[in-house]
Amino acid sequence: MTLLILAVLVLGFMVVLRLSRVADLSRELRGLREENIPERENRMSGRLMWAFGVIYLVLFTWMPLHYHDVFLPVSGSKHGVWIDQMFTVNWIILGIVFFGTNIALFYFAGKYYHREGTRAFWYPHNNKLEMVWTVVPTITLVAGIIYGIIVWNKITAAPEPGTMQVEVYAKQFDWTFRYPGKDGKLGATDFRLITADNPLGIITRTTLSGRLAGLRQEVAKATSDRDAQLDMLPKNILKERNEEIAHLNRMIERLMGLQKLMEEDIAQNGDNSSYLHGADDKVTKEFHLPVNTDVELVFRSQDVIHSAYLPHMRAQMNTVPGMATRMNLTPTITTDSMRLITDNPEFDYILMCNKICGVSHYNMQAPLTVEAGGAYKVWNMLLPVFEKPGATAMATEQQGGNPAEGKATDNATGSNEEAQAASGNE
Amino acid sequence: MSASINPQMADNQGHAHADLHHHKESFISKYVFSQDHKMISKQFLITAMVMAVVAMIMSIIFRLQIAFPGQGFAFTHFFLGDKWAPNGVVSSSMFMGMVTIHGTIMLFFVLTGGLSGTFSNLLIPFQIGARDMASGFINMLSYWFFLVASIIMLSSLFVETGPANGGWTVYPPLSVLPEAIPGSGTGMSLWLASMVLFIAGSLMGSLNYIVTILNLRTKGMKMTRMPLTVWALLLTAIVGVLAFPVLVSAVLLLIMDRTLGTSFYLSEIFIAGEALDNMGGSPILYEHLFWFLGHPEVYIVILPAFGLSSEIISTMSRKPIFGYRAMIGSLMAISFLSFLVWAHHMFVTGMNPFLGSIFAFTTTLIAVPSSIKVFNYITTLWRGNIVFSPAMLFSIGMVSTFIAGGLTGIIVANAALDIQVHDTYFVVAHFHMVMGVSAIFAMMAGVYHWFPKMYGRMMNNRLGYVHFWITLVAAYGVFLPMHYGGLSGPRRYYEYTEFPMFQGHFMDLNVIMTVCAAIGGAAQLIFLYNFFRSIWYGQKAPQNPWHSNTLEWTAPVEPIHGNWPGPLPVVYRWPYDYSKPGKAEDYVPQTVPLEDGEEES
Repeated sequence: MTLLILAVLVLGFMVVLRLSRVADLSRELRGLREENIPERENRMSGRLMWAFGVIYLVLFTWMPLHYHDVFLPVSGSKHGVWIDQMFTVNWIILGIVFFGTNIALFYFAGKYYHREGTRAFWYPHNNKLEMVWTVVPTITLVAGIIYGIIVWNKITAAPEPGTMQVEVYAKQFDWTFRYPGKDGKLGATDFRLITADNPLGIITRTTLSGRLAGLRQEVAKATSDRDAQLDMLPKNILKERNEEIAHLNRMIERLMGLQKLMEEDIAQNGDNSSYLHGADDKVTKEFHLPVNTDVELVFRSQDVIHSAYLPHMRAQMNTVPGMATRMNLTPTITTDSMRLITDNPEFDYILMCNKICGVSHYNMQAPLTVEAGGAYKVWNMLLPVFEKPGATAMATEQQGGNPAEGKATDNATGSNEEAQAASGNE
Repeated sequence: MSASINPQMADNQGHAHADLHHHKESFISKYVFSQDHKMISKQFLITAMVMAVVAMIMSIIFRLQIAFPGQGFAFTHFFLGDKWAPNGVVSSSMFMGMVTIHGTIMLFFVLTGGLSGTFSNLLIPFQIGARDMASGFINMLSYWFFLVASIIMLSSLFVETGPANGGWTVYPPLSVLPEAIPGSGTGMSLWLASMVLFIAGSLMGSLNYIVTILNLRTKGMKMTRMPLTVWALLLTAIVGVLAFPVLVSAVLLLIMDRTLGTSFYLSEIFIAGEALDNMGGSPILYEHLFWFLGHPEVYIVILPAFGLSSEIISTMSRKPIFGYRAMIGSLMAISFLSFLVWAHHMFVTGMNPFLGSIFAFTTTLIAVPSSIKVFNYITTLWRGNIVFSPAMLFSIGMVSTFIAGGLTGIIVANAALDIQVHDTYFVVAHFHMVMGVSAIFAMMAGVYHWFPKMYGRMMNNRLGYVHFWITLVAAYGVFLPMHYGGLSGPRRYYEYTEFPMFQGHFMDLNVIMTVCAAIGGAAQLIFLYNFFRSIWYGQKAPQNPWHSNTLEWTAPVEPIHGNWPGPLPVVYRWPYDYSKPGKAEDYVPQTVPLEDGEEES
């Protein structure tokens, strides 16, 4: 099949070349020159301009009618409806301009082909005309964009206080979601706390002290490993090991700083401290939202920039490492209703990644289920809580062990310095 | 001043030439290390053609994968081999590499270096009546930086981990972390090195163009008598000089983040099971710096295209360009506004929404000068006497694709509408129409039109017609369906098989696009054949084949150093006296003095 296509292409190409050579020879015989394009050729080009213009505009109109099922169904969100309305207004205005300019362009091009003995009309400028087509587009465009900015401001406005928050968390190459617990608030997070058990790095006393203990173990192990082989290791590997240990120590130092900050914040704000909101959060791989409820989606990313794209909601926001982004969303049609509307029992709202993020970018997706408030509540209630209430108490007890752990760190750091001195002496 | 300038070649070799006649040169100084603007222009053109062929092959490879996911092609296997295309199916990593390098090459190496480099070099000295560029040596350097940058970019295709594959905008952190994507290893280092050299070369070229235009215009060549090509190339150079240095700084900070452990663009990253030390940076900073160049860059691409097509449309319609001053004014307005619109690439990055509304406004305003240009082109055609040379066909094609692409620009400029179409194939279709296809068409038009000036021979018109019509139909065949399918279709997807919503007609459209891309690609072979055949076997060109008014056609057909054998031509009128009433011929070259009582137009 491929060969066949290739053969056809090559043959076609050769035919074109042969024909052109024949044409060249016959032209030379007739004394024609390339720069003197005969009227016959100009007329042909003019006619082709007309033909192309007609076919172009017909196909332009036919294609969306024939392939309309590639378009999105009715918007599933409140904001999306505004966007769709604005699209319609814009398409109408642009369509008029598109047809007007194209008809003029191809019509004039085809009509005024070069004829011997005629002259073009001397028409270097016309200030009135130019004024018209400066002012009219300006007014139209400014009106259009003011409409656009009004809608934009409505869509991006700060949410009402008390709006339900849901966190959408991106990493290569999947999505994780976090729902607030009974307190209705999402807890603070830190990327250094990310472990298999805490994929979003939620800060609680338990996770923080647990992570610190884990890091100290790592440091101790790395240090003893290095010290055991101190004399055998080549210089560059030793340097790598030292850097690794230094990195771990920096993490410990920063997490201890975070711990201090957390305790201060808790002492100051009591139950309002965002460090206390994380324990009852619910982390899940499923994405559900209640219908007709204002939601604020908050986005974070673990590694690179992703983009949370919900085409059926006409909603999109990048997820940026090191920074939280947000979006208002009010789903208005449940997944079940949408299945009826689209006459497709398999239909699902899709959340997909729309910013190049790695080799599996093309399959970073999660379905979104929009359901009635009651069904959503049941689903949400059954989600496991991040940290069982008892765990917090245990963590507080562990705080008592802190000084000892601090001492262990000192030891580790001390031996690290010794090792560095040793490697420096070499 | 201008009349006393000797060709730089003579100056630098230390022997002054009193006469400006052609003298013997070695092969090296004539064809390789040439300081003659005409030769440098050809060098730019040929290099850009090689790059364009590479980029086009890439586009066909990834279009095959999009339309026929998982299906093997001998074509793909031939170019990528077993490593990157086992069984003829391009790998996901290489697919992204192709997408990335296609964009980089087309935008920078073909449509910036190739378009502006070729025609600034060819036309600026010729059309303002100068012997050569202000500095022939810097001009030569600008080409050599460009060539070395091209070679480095191509060599990045052959490294172990593949070329840069995080998209041509190389957003961090993806472009900083080889753990995130394999192309961010050596491939990205080469990409960055290549870009720095490319920008250095581009700056040298641009400064030279500006200085030449401002200082070396011949007697009588007032700014208001310059052809629109020169105006467009001048403004392109100015925009380039102001915008490209910002990209250098963005790239340098990126290099530091990659090699020195700084955190300009990195913060709170957990990757490959490890939390990185980097704190406090922001990828948004990179986006701002990048697009501060990136958006003016698309005008760097399209302004020369405007210049070339203005000149060709006027000459071949045998009619003055309608609204010469409005055309200059709109070029200036576009150049100015191009610096105030960059953040429209960032509506959904989490940037403050207030900034979004400001940039939506300025972006929409830039449609005003653009639409003036379109209306003026159409009015120039009205009641013209149109000679359909291949150059004219391509220029009309350029106006058509610019309309199609420009109108969708009004959609994507609107921040609220952009939420839905941002980063989808709708945007891909938009920018390919408005600056990709349009600029390529203008470049083709320029090559056909000035080929006699470059090589002293004519290209074959009939092959030109065939080339144009196939290319026009194929270009629309690729990008028109892309608008429809792209309204919700995310881009840079290796395959859509995992999404039920992207089956059925969505894939049918992709098949149409891919077939058209292959046909359009094949049609370029006709052009290449015509081009190279005509260099040696084309019909000998007369001095002024298109009966044009501009100065380059007063120079002898056989190119010589210093362009004109005798004194420099003197200019008495603007370049658009076509079909002026009361004249015997339908053109009056700029060197013809005004008759008694004749009013300057």
